[in-house]
Amino acid sequence: MTEINGRAQPDAAAPAIELCGISKSFGPVHANRDISMSVQRGTIHGIVGENGAGKSTLMSILYGFYRADAGEIRINGKPTQIPDSQAAIAAGIGMVHQHFKLVPNFTVLENVVLGAEEGQLLRPSLKLARSLLARLADEYELHVDPDAVVEELSVGHQQRVEILKALYRQAEILILDEPTGVLTPSEADHLFRILKSLRDEGKTIILITHKLREIMAVTESVSVMRQGEMAATVKTSQTDPETLAELMVGRKVLLRVEKKAIEAGKRILEVHNLSVTDSRGINTLKNVSFEVREGEILGIAGVAGNGQTELLEVLGGITEAEGNIRVGGKEISLVGAGSDARSRRRSGLAHVPEDRQRLGLIMDFLAWENMSFGYHNDRDCNHNRVFMDNRAMRSATAKRMRKFDIRPDTPDTQARNFSGGNQQKIVLAREIDRNPRVLVVGQPTRGVDIGAIEFIHQSILDLRQAGAAVLLVSVELDEILSLSDRVAVMFDGTIIGERQTAATDERELGLLMAGVADGGRS
Amino acid sequence: MRRLPKAVEIGLIPLINLTLAFIISGLVVLWIGENPLEALYIIIKGSVGSAYGWGYTLYYATNFVFTGLAVAVAFHARMFNIGGEGQATLGGLGAALVCLSIEWPHWTLAFPAAIAGAGLFGAAWAAIPAWLQARKGSHIVITTIMFNFIASALLVYLLVNVLKAPGQMAPETVNFPKGAHLPTAHEMLAWFGVSFPKSPPVNISFLLAIAASFFVWALIWRTRLGYAIRAFGFSEPAAVYAGISPFRVIMASMLISGCLAGMMAVNSVVGEAERLLIDAVQGAGFVGIAVALMGRSHPAGTFLAAILFGVLYQGGVELEFEMPAVSREMIVVIQALVIMFTGALDNMIRIPLERLYFRKVS
Repeated sequence: MTEINGRAQPDAAAPAIELCGISKSFGPVHANRDISMSVQRGTIHGIVGENGAGKSTLMSILYGFYRADAGEIRINGKPTQIPDSQAAIAAGIGMVHQHFKLVPNFTVLENVVLGAEEGQLLRPSLKLARSLLARLADEYELHVDPDAVVEELSVGHQQRVEILKALYRQAEILILDEPTGVLTPSEADHLFRILKSLRDEGKTIILITHKLREIMAVTESVSVMRQGEMAATVKTSQTDPETLAELMVGRKVLLRVEKKAIEAGKRILEVHNLSVTDSRGINTLKNVSFEVREGEILGIAGVAGNGQTELLEVLGGITEAEGNIRVGGKEISLVGAGSDARSRRRSGLAHVPEDRQRLGLIMDFLAWENMSFGYHNDRDCNHNRVFMDNRAMRSATAKRMRKFDIRPDTPDTQARNFSGGNQQKIVLAREIDRNPRVLVVGQPTRGVDIGAIEFIHQSILDLRQAGAAVLLVSVELDEILSLSDRVAVMFDGTIIGERQTAATDERELGLLMAGVADGGRS
Repeated sequence: MRRLPKAVEIGLIPLINLTLAFIISGLVVLWIGENPLEALYIIIKGSVGSAYGWGYTLYYATNFVFTGLAVAVAFHARMFNIGGEGQATLGGLGAALVCLSIEWPHWTLAFPAAIAGAGLFGAAWAAIPAWLQARKGSHIVITTIMFNFIASALLVYLLVNVLKAPGQMAPETVNFPKGAHLPTAHEMLAWFGVSFPKSPPVNISFLLAIAASFFVWALIWRTRLGYAIRAFGFSEPAAVYAGISPFRVIMASMLISGCLAGMMAVNSVVGEAERLLIDAVQGAGFVGIAVALMGRSHPAGTFLAAILFGVLYQGGVELEFEMPAVSREMIVVIQALVIMFTGALDNMIRIPLERLYFRKVS
């Protein structure tokens, strides 16, 4: 090991990162078990795995948030202790978190310098940063206005600030955690161009994602994690998405569900000129109109934060709104009494919320209590007007748990003790199994493992087959394209365009998502 | 996150907390030059060592069951009702007005009427803070505390100016009519030929407290309203998603809570004093908070915790009598230590215990 003036001198042959036998457990749970991995300098290395496979824990160990119970980390061949993130930065590791860690009312420059100021005065650091930023912008297409206030930037630009922050701290190794979750397809393409040019400059990049397509597009090698263990590390050129999916889940998976063609019937859900003004006086929904027919799935695509949440909450009876909604031809009220979630369910509209942990479930309730949640006034849950029929609810839950393959299938398990996929299946089972006329579903597979995705998609298609109208809101374009019959794209609180799924493609929808009104047709 | 087994949760942790509280209290007793073991002996003997002791212990416990259940019910909706004191004060007023309204022919008529009067006034006193919380977002902790002061001032005003017995110096009402006298344990046990000392004030309200505990259990875990209360308490956004009205849950839970707190007066005002005094509640509203905390807001736990605090109260009185060096304030210190360890410092024991337990398991 060579050291000059206390700084490690890169050993040309050694891998940038080597993890040897890393183990970490939380109580009885082994989050990481004997993980070994090595990443060559100047490459992009992907890490894939289902939720809870241990990707985040592993990266947190590398970035100094957690300390491994056992194992060794070598950076450029040199064994390195990383007790905190300061040490990680000193070792040349930079991290771009899934949820950005920026100060929203600071400028780009201030954010970049924050925590890396030199001396007591701010001015010299800012000056230095400004010149460095200009250089980085030219070198890697990382253009951001250094004087812009961060909260006024688009999400894609905010992410660039995060990358700039890491580069400003002289990161040689960059870890990106689910970087494309909040980006439009074109922003994602831009990010990948940046990553490739960083790689060509000799930086090492670790990309954590659950999108196998991205892995195939930009990485040189990929590691697959499963249940806290390293299932395999392979060269990207020698594998394909199906193999990776199989490695992740441990069995064969269908990446695409089969959709039978059926004739759409009567209009069931009609939404006309829906508008919402929030407490700050901002119009989060502006004159949104659409309709969904029997046996039809309308997909609502769009980058997160363009009004989809508000649309779901209005339909679900959580937020009041202006405009008209008709379910099966009958007008439903949007303000005051009769606009609550209970009335919505009575009119035959079921709602699977975007955020199952915040809205869809009471995490402290048992499975059977959750299985009646929202329907707890129904006759099948009650003895009479006062007392509930706990026994009937338990046995109905046991049946639904088997039907929807929810594991563990014990009705007396607390909701928080199920995995994300099984929690989602509880919500779906509750909403779908009562045969609603309209199903409004938001992000059905967010944070859900691949094995469960297949099942959830199939359940939604089965409901369509049974003649229900389905409104599917998702930020996953793949999901929208494989399930919907028609796609509407939301941008800035409006529906900017609507297409037949068969007559459109990812590129056109991507442009619509970015706010190009004609989808780049002219 | 794994959970501790129930036996540890509701058995071992309170026991450790209690032991710690007694050890610290023991040190305090030692510090003033008395024997802590002897003090403990006096407390236990004085409270549960005789039928007489039990008679007082259960009387105090009855008060604490009501105020404890009041806090517990509201807490299931995550409403921290600190206003048990004021609601019980108003409950006393309600009970007194009912008892003084007519010449009651028999206690079997006066008893339900007094329950209704006490509960109604208690609920009404809780209704105002509840409405302010549900409609205006005024924090329930602040408003209920303020309503304690208003209640106490209101009672002083009424007793001095309106309800005071004519020709009396003390601010208290005339004695309730004979027909409003509730059967004491002495009288009730005599029906079955069992003898029990005459002076302890424990009365039929103790049975009412047991019934109230069952009522709360059924309400919370068996009824639709209880389901809504618990759902709302765990997560308000989720409750709204499910079509549960926050306004109705807040109002319902607080009205029931105030009603239970008010019903304490049936025991203390109708059962014991048999007239309305200026300080009929004597801090039981606040003890109720500790009782509910220690009982984990479960009626069974609340009931047991109420008995424990009954022991501490009655034992404390005996201790003051037998050990003059231990002053009244000293006893308050000991009670405060118990409250602190069982309520506020709960996590101090829980977290190390969880760590120890799960290390052993894994």
